[in-house]
Amino acid sequence: MSNSIRKWIFVLLVPAMVLGILGSVGGAGHSVPVQAANIDLHDTASLQRGAKYFVNYCMGCHSLKFSRYNRMAEDIGLNADNGFSEDDVATLLKEDVIFTYDEYGKQTKIGELMKNAYSPKAAAEAFGTSVPDLSLTGRSRGSDWIYSYLKGFYLDPSRPMGVNNTVFKDVGMPHVLGNLQGWQKLEHAAEGEHHGAPKLTMVKPGKLSAAEYDKVVRDITNFLSYVSEPAQLSRYTIGIFVILFLILFFGVSLLLEKEYWKDIH
Amino acid sequence: MAGIRTTEATGLLGWVDERFPIVETWEAHMSKYYAPKNFNAWYYFGVLAMLVLVIQIVSGIFLTMHYKPDAQMAFASVEYIMRDVPGGWFIRYMHSTGASAFFIVVYFHMFRGLMYGSYKGKRELVWLIGMALYLALMAEAFMGYLLPWGQMSFWGAQVIINLFNTVPVVGDALSLWIRGDFVISDPTLNRLFAFHVAAVPLILVALVFVHIVALHAVGSNNPDGVEIKKLTDDKGIPLDGVPFHPYYTVHDIPAIAVFLMVFFAIIFFMPEVGGYFLEHANFEPANPLKTPVHIAPVWYFTPFYTVLRAVTLSPFAGTLAMFGAIVMLFLLPWIDRNPIKSWRYRNTAHMMNLAIFGAVFIILGYLGVKPVTPEYKEMGVRMTEIYFLFFAVLFAHSNAAKPGRYIIWFAVLAGAVLFVDYVRYNPDDAVAAKQIMWQWVWPIGYLSLTLLLPFLMRPCNAEKPVPERVTS
Repeated sequence: MSNSIRKWIFVLLVPAMVLGILGSVGGAGHSVPVQAANIDLHDTASLQRGAKYFVNYCMGCHSLKFSRYNRMAEDIGLNADNGFSEDDVATLLKEDVIFTYDEYGKQTKIGELMKNAYSPKAAAEAFGTSVPDLSLTGRSRGSDWIYSYLKGFYLDPSRPMGVNNTVFKDVGMPHVLGNLQGWQKLEHAAEGEHHGAPKLTMVKPGKLSAAEYDKVVRDITNFLSYVSEPAQLSRYTIGIFVILFLILFFGVSLLLEKEYWKDIH
Repeated sequence: MAGIRTTEATGLLGWVDERFPIVETWEAHMSKYYAPKNFNAWYYFGVLAMLVLVIQIVSGIFLTMHYKPDAQMAFASVEYIMRDVPGGWFIRYMHSTGASAFFIVVYFHMFRGLMYGSYKGKRELVWLIGMALYLALMAEAFMGYLLPWGQMSFWGAQVIINLFNTVPVVGDALSLWIRGDFVISDPTLNRLFAFHVAAVPLILVALVFVHIVALHAVGSNNPDGVEIKKLTDDKGIPLDGVPFHPYYTVHDIPAIAVFLMVFFAIIFFMPEVGGYFLEHANFEPANPLKTPVHIAPVWYFTPFYTVLRAVTLSPFAGTLAMFGAIVMLFLLPWIDRNPIKSWRYRNTAHMMNLAIFGAVFIILGYLGVKPVTPEYKEMGVRMTEIYFLFFAVLFAHSNAAKPGRYIIWFAVLAGAVLFVDYVRYNPDDAVAAKQIMWQWVWPIGYLSLTLLLPFLMRPCNAEKPVPERVTS
């Protein structure tokens, strides 16, 4: 067998063997089906709406304790590039975003972390569990999960809050956006059908149409996805320049190598 | 000679050289270290491993400036680095990507050694030091993974430290001593931090140093497995050697550029690598009261994790099998007795043996990140069997001149596999029994390819003459 064939054994045979052997048993575990969120982190209008919905609907219970108000504002487009002066942003944050005060009655500063006033003890009494901080949900659960979760509430009289969720079974959270979305009920899939997505039908419509509600949920998802990793907004752009530099560096270093090695045979 | 040091160097270099053997050292390891001229792409991974070590040390120093080794503050301090420290996310991704990159290049580097028999010809110590480096690297990575104090940090460490529990008699006391508490907690985090940033890095750097000293004393192997020092010109310079500097220094730079392209592409475009480099569950803070549904170690440990899970005789047996899988690698120079170094000149059966071993290692790794199903569980057992059979077959291939012995080896090893099946078979557990009844094809097929085939088809057993000089 020639050396070149031996070379190809590794390039082709090993992956073929790995895939063949693993494929022979198939059967990977199936997870909960989620819907694609299709978010766009560079859509600052969406991020701003998401922030608005978050502080109004979610932040009473859920904190974003690793995120800072002013940094968040800067990142989602409330900045000088879009014609907002520092004072504009400070006023906007103080009037519409920051609802917490310290023990002396002084409003939380714009450079502080996005915590709320809801004590874990009160949360445990109300919901039987602690309310999670959502700073990193975009990374631990993923944006598709958040999107599907916020769309997945259905009526379930057996639960304390009257609702259950298709992607988070027996969740302790009430359907906070119920008045917007309306109230759904779960149609049980036919016997033997395990893979199909659970079917939800609207029982009592809310203030928004299905398309409008999807947009609200997408905005919240977009915002939480940004909050989970603010560096996402810049790292792609920097990365392209780094790779371009390295391609140039590779070319030059290759020429240098060829120059040195030309008389080695 | 106890006289005054003399030097031909002048100026500052001369001043230093009179006081320190700087010229001599430079010549011995760089400008007059003769490396074979036929290195191929597999030989880049050594220098890449050194590069990653430097990246890890430098990025680690910067992380240490902001990280808080405190169970109450660790998780938040990592997020502080990711958000509030300027460029902190970049430093952190360098370090997290570097950890995985380290194992990728080291696995390639080790496999290169297997392909070209680089542990042979008085290179046993180079191999042993390298294996010690690999062990230290695993310890370093494990301890570093606890530091972000996420769910996987906590529960992964729980699994690993509980392995010490399985040791008979002293197990509980041992794991208590390691943790410094009855559960993984602040003292555990503090001591692992100390090891991660001070003790183990010192060991790593020292071992890299002696790894290279030992290598340069014997001389580098090459893809042909030819000892270049045997044929020299009248000045004693190997005919097939080129000075490491400048030839291999300039040769390595384009490879480093390619490596950095991949490395930075991951950092900037996909730092989590789909949950393999940074696990999703690790973005939740450690919670001792909430066991995750699925605990998977980071990918580079998963081959050994599968071995651990595959041996269900007793927990201690599983632990022994896991550490045994690593110990076997230490013994390679004494298992593979064949005088031919490179697989280029070994028989086809040996080449298949190595290829299958590589594939089995990857499959073991894949199984380690997957939840256990009856299919995957049995496959884990079968791949573990092949992992250990590999070393026996490698020994059997040491002497290709007597293929008749292959058939004896086949009978013994296949018998051992079937005996283990007989012991494991339990008709009451129909699901597992069904898997045993068909997945035996993997180890038996493996033994057939590597032992029966060269016995029955002699061209598959033919070794080729090793050339005097390196090819190409």
